[in-house]
Amino acid sequence: MSFAAFGLVWGWLTDPANWTGVEGIPARVLQHLGYSGLALGVSALIALPVGLYTGHTRRGSLMVVSLANAARALPTLGLLVLAVLLSASELVPVLVPLVALAVPPILVNADAGVRQVDPDVRDAAFGMGMTGWTVLWRAEAPVALPLILLGLRTAAIQVVATATIAAYVGVGGLGRYIVDGLDNRDYARVGGGSLLVVALAVLVQLVFVLAERAAVPAGVRARAPSST
Amino acid sequence: MAEGEPLIRWDWLARNAARIWALLAEHVELALVPVLLGLVVAVPLGVACTRWRWLYPPALTATTVAYALPAIALFGLFLGVFGLAKPTVVVPLTLYSLSVLLPAVVDGMRSVPDPVRQAATAMGYGASRRLVQVELPIAAPVVVAGLRVATVSNISLVSVGALIGIGGLGELFTDGFQRAFPTPIVVGIAAILLLAFAADLLLVVAGRVLTPWSRGRSSR
Repeated sequence: MSFAAFGLVWGWLTDPANWTGVEGIPARVLQHLGYSGLALGVSALIALPVGLYTGHTRRGSLMVVSLANAARALPTLGLLVLAVLLSASELVPVLVPLVALAVPPILVNADAGVRQVDPDVRDAAFGMGMTGWTVLWRAEAPVALPLILLGLRTAAIQVVATATIAAYVGVGGLGRYIVDGLDNRDYARVGGGSLLVVALAVLVQLVFVLAERAAVPAGVRARAPSST
Repeated sequence: MAEGEPLIRWDWLARNAARIWALLAEHVELALVPVLLGLVVAVPLGVACTRWRWLYPPALTATTVAYALPAIALFGLFLGVFGLAKPTVVVPLTLYSLSVLLPAVVDGMRSVPDPVRQAATAMGYGASRRLVQVELPIAAPVVVAGLRVATVSNISLVSVGALIGIGGLGELFTDGFQRAFPTPIVVGIAAILLLAFAADLLLVVAGRVLTPWSRGRSSR
């Protein structure tokens, strides 16, 4: 960024007026986190059980792979505007694309995580007398935890990004600064909003990485395969 | 949206075919150039990372961080550097492509079995000839897999550029939304999905053509 542009953005970021009120930065951050958290929660609720199931029963691998590939190609902006145009309310149509784009990473990684569990672990669990559901819950899922959490982290990044774009269709959040700034040719606002989104994305990443460190036992972490 | 508005008006599609083709061409350019640029950077960088292992962790971290940043935010930041021009979209997408292609090149290079490298050296191949004629061809399938992911992702991400007016087929989304007219949006989504599917298929075929030895073995 040129010095002049950076100066303008810095001016915008340090202006106290931008930190107060309904359109202030803290309010927008909370909105953004609110939408993102809600979408992530709903996606996890849908995707985790399905992914754990297909991984454990080793069924549906074709569906999982197709889902992964299709999800990569779906254009976020297109889904958002179509959903809003086709419905009457404001929140629900935005949630649908947010959830639709977050489900695949969670599902695919949960499936892969459970599938990649060492067969000896499954054998031992069955040998100890555990039945299917218990094997999944007490033996496979803990070993699959690194990949499950990676899927959640990937989905979180996707959701934060989509929620930013969702400002185009009228919702709040940090994307508002970018979209409104572009409308008004206020490029200081665009730059400031972009920097804030970047900071938020990095923070979300950090939170998930720390959660992974905290939740995954050292022994499991040492054997963890790398990302999907 | 207007009452009884159908999801897709075929007459609109017919009348605007020329414009859609132009947008498609722009879309292809905006999606492919970053992949090619990413490849041009990833191959030498990846080879260097296999040769000097300490290079890989910082390089990987840098590109992974870039990958986690929302595209729209990167477009917004690079607006301050390039203004409302194509590089504002191409540079961030190149960073995204790089974050996929660098691990692909490194993993591909690492998949070359050591005995094969040693045999080549024993046969008198110099380091650069060995790289080009032995190691890179063996690494090719992994790199092609990375190219597929990068290309499909880019084709989808280019449409976000419509928010700054440089979005190829994405302009159909902003156009349709501003006029409360779903036809361009549906056409845009379908076109992008078809484009992604076609590009993926082309890359699979290209991969098969580049590795004739893998086909030979499976036909036995």
